Amino acid sequence: MDIIVCMKRVPDTETRVRFSDGATAIDRDGVKFILSPYDEFALEAALRTSEAAGGEVTVVTLGDEDSQETLRAALAAGADAAVLLRGSVTMDGLATAKVLAGELKTREEQLVLFGVKAGDDDQQQVGPMVATLLGRPCASDVTSFEVRGDVVRCDRAVEGGTEVVEMDLPAVVTLTKGDFELRYASLKGIMAAKRKPLDVKDADLGPGRLVVERLEYPPERAEGRIVGEGVGAVPELVRLLRDEAKVI
Amino acid sequence: MGDVLAIAEQRDGKIRPVTHELVGAAASVAHGLGGSAHALVLGGVGIGDGAGELGGYGAEVVRVGEDAALEGCAPETCAGVIAEAVASHSYELILFAATALGKDLAPRVAALIDAPLASDVTRLEVESGKLVVERPVYGGKAIARVGFAAAPAVLSLRTNAFGTNESQAEGRTERFAVVIPETVRSRTVEFRAAESGSVDVSEASVIVSGGRGMKGAEHWNLLEDLRSALGAQAALGASRAVVDAGWRPHGEQVGQTGKTVAPALYFAVGISGAVQHLAGMRTSQTIVAINKDPDAPIFAVADYGIVGDAFGVLPKLTAEITALRSEG
Ligand SMILES: Cc1cc2nc3c(=O)[nH]c(=O)nc-3n(C[C@H](O)[C@H](O)[C@H](O)COP(=O)(O)OP(=O)(O)OC[C@H]3O[C@@H](n4cnc5c(N)ncnc54)[C@H](O)[C@@H]3O)c2cc1C
Ligand SMILES: Nc1ncnc2c1ncn2[C@@H]1O[C@H](COP(=O)(O)O)[C@@H](O)[C@H]1O
Repeated sequence: MDIIVCMKRVPDTETRVRFSDGATAIDRDGVKFILSPYDEFALEAALRTSEAAGGEVTVVTLGDEDSQETLRAALAAGADAAVLLRGSVTMDGLATAKVLAGELKTREEQLVLFGVKAGDDDQQQVGPMVATLLGRPCASDVTSFEVRGDVVRCDRAVEGGTEVVEMDLPAVVTLTKGDFELRYASLKGIMAAKRKPLDVKDADLGPGRLVVERLEYPPERAEGRIVGEGVGAVPELVRLLRDEAKVI
Repeated sequence: MGDVLAIAEQRDGKIRPVTHELVGAAASVAHGLGGSAHALVLGGVGIGDGAGELGGYGAEVVRVGEDAALEGCAPETCAGVIAEAVASHSYELILFAATALGKDLAPRVAALIDAPLASDVTRLEVESGKLVVERPVYGGKAIARVGFAAAPAVLSLRTNAFGTNESQAEGRTERFAVVIPETVRSRTVEFRAAESGSVDVSEASVIVSGGRGMKGAEHWNLLEDLRSALGAQAALGASRAVVDAGWRPHGEQVGQTGKTVAPALYFAVGISGAVQHLAGMRTSQTIVAINKDPDAPIFAVADYGIVGDAFGVLPKLTAEITALRSEG
C-alpha cells in the first residue's frame, strides 16, 4: 500500500531559542534544523508498513528551499520519493492544511500519516484539519496501527487508557510516541537518496489568519530556593508548601 | 457580538470538571468583549439534566444536544454537530479544553467552519477592549502573542492554567435538535482502561513525577505512596528516560514528546531537568525538586528543592504530609 508522510522541518529541540525585541519569528542564525520528532515516528511507521505489505512511501513538506535537506534525510532513511511544496509557513495551521489537502487530492495514496504535533509551533492541528478538508476519517495520538484489507486499526493514547479505533481507508493517522523509533540511515541509504525523485512545486499560501504579534521569553520563574539537604529538610519543605505556597 | 462558546467535555454521561475552568474563562473574556458566555453540552440522552450547573461557573446560556449517537463523543460525529451549533449563532471565540479529546476535536471543527485555531493557550484576557491570546511555542522556550484576522477564532485552553469561579447562578438551558452526520467512517471498537482510579496526568492538580534517579520500576511504590498521601486529585508522572526503560507507561510521560501539564504542585524526583522535560511542566504553579545532584538543572526552575537521596527523602515526606492531612 502506498503511503504519504507529511513532515516539517523544525529547530532541534536542544536549540537555544533567540529573537530580538518585538520580533515575530526566531533568529535562524546558527540554529540546527531537524525533522520534527513526531514526524520521525510517522516516517518509521510508514516504512515498516510498506516493508510488510509492499508499496511506496512518499514524504511531503511545505516549507522553504532548505527543507530539501530534511526530505533527503527521509529518503536516506528509506522513503521512496519526496515532494517539496515551496512556500513560507506561518503558525496558521489551517492555511498549511489547505495547501497539503490540495496536493493530496491529486494523489491516490490511501493512508496519510502525520506527527501529532510539530516541534516548533506545537499546534497539534494540521493532521485532523487535512483529514476534515478531504472528508476522510482521522485517528490522532496513535501509538501503533495495523492495516487489514480496507481498514486501518489504531491504538490511541487517550486520558484514562487506550482506545482502539477502526477506520475505513482512505484515512489519516497522526502519530505520537509509541512503537515507532526512527531507524538510522545507512551509508547505502544516504547514497541511494541522492538518486531518488524529489519534486519541487510552488505552493500558493494565502495570508495567515492567525498572526503572531510578537514573541516573548517565558517569564523567569522566581528564584527558587534549596530548602536544605536530605531528610532533615523535609519538615521545612512541608511547612513552606502549606504556609507559603498554600498548595497542600 | 463578542459572545464566547465553551465546548463542554463529558465522559460516561457526566460533564467533566475541566469544563468548569473553560466556562469560567469564557465568561471572563465575554464580559471584556461585551458579550455573553455560552456552553455547548453534547452527549447521550440525559446529559442535559444537570447541565444548568454550568451557570454557576459563568455560562449564561447552556445549549444542550442529546442523542444516543453522541454518547461516546466520537470525534467525527461530534465535530459535525459542534460545527452546526457554532454556525447557528455569531460567536467571537469557540473554546475547547486542551485535553486529548479537545485537541482532537478543535482542529476538525476549525476546518469545518473555516476558522483559525490557536492551541494550548495559556493566557486569554481582554486588555482595553483588545483580546490578548498567548501560547507557548518551541517547547515553552518562547511565548507567542497571537491575533486573529477572522471571527470566530477557535482556541484550546491549557488545563489548570485558568482556575475556576463558582457562584449560585443557574444557566438558562436551551435544548436543540441534533442532526447526526450520516456517513461515519471511524468506529471505536475497544477501550482498555488504565489502572483504575488513577487521575490522568494531564488533568491532575498535583503530580508526582519520577526520573531515572528512581533506579527501577520496583521503587515506584515510594512515589505511589506520596501520590496517595496527596489525595485523590494527584497523579503519577515520569520522565522519558523512565518510559523508555519500560518502568512506566507512555501515558505518564511529561515533556516535549509526552504530556504538557500545569498543575498547582509538581514534584520532580530523580529528574535532571532536561529542556525536553521542562517543556512539559515549566508552567506548573509550584515545582518541588528532589535530586542528589545540587547542580541538576531542575533546581533552576524549582520553587523549592531538597538536595538529597530520594530513597531517604520520600518516605519522610509521605509521612509528614499524611500527618498534616490527618490533622485536617
Ligand atoms: C526529541 C526529544 C524529545 C524528548 N522528549 C522528552 C520528554 O517528553 N520528556 C522527558 O522527560 N524527556 C524527553 N527527552 C529526553 C531528555 O532529553 C532527557 O534525556 C530525559 O528527560 C532524562 O530523564 P531523567 O531526568 O529521568 O534522567 P537523567 O537525566 O538520567 O537524570 C536522573 C537524575 O536523577 C538524579 N538522581 C540519581 N540518583 C538519585 C537519588 N538516589 N536520589 C535523587 N536523585 C537522584 C541524578 O542526579 C539526575 O539528575 C527528549 C529528548 C529528545 C532528544
Ligand atoms: N509545513 C508542513 N509541511 C508538511 N507537514 C506539516 C507541516 N506543518 C505541519 N505538518 C504536519 O502536521 C503535523 C502537526 O503539525 P502542527 O499542527 O503544526 O503541530 C506535523 O507533525 C506534520 O506531520
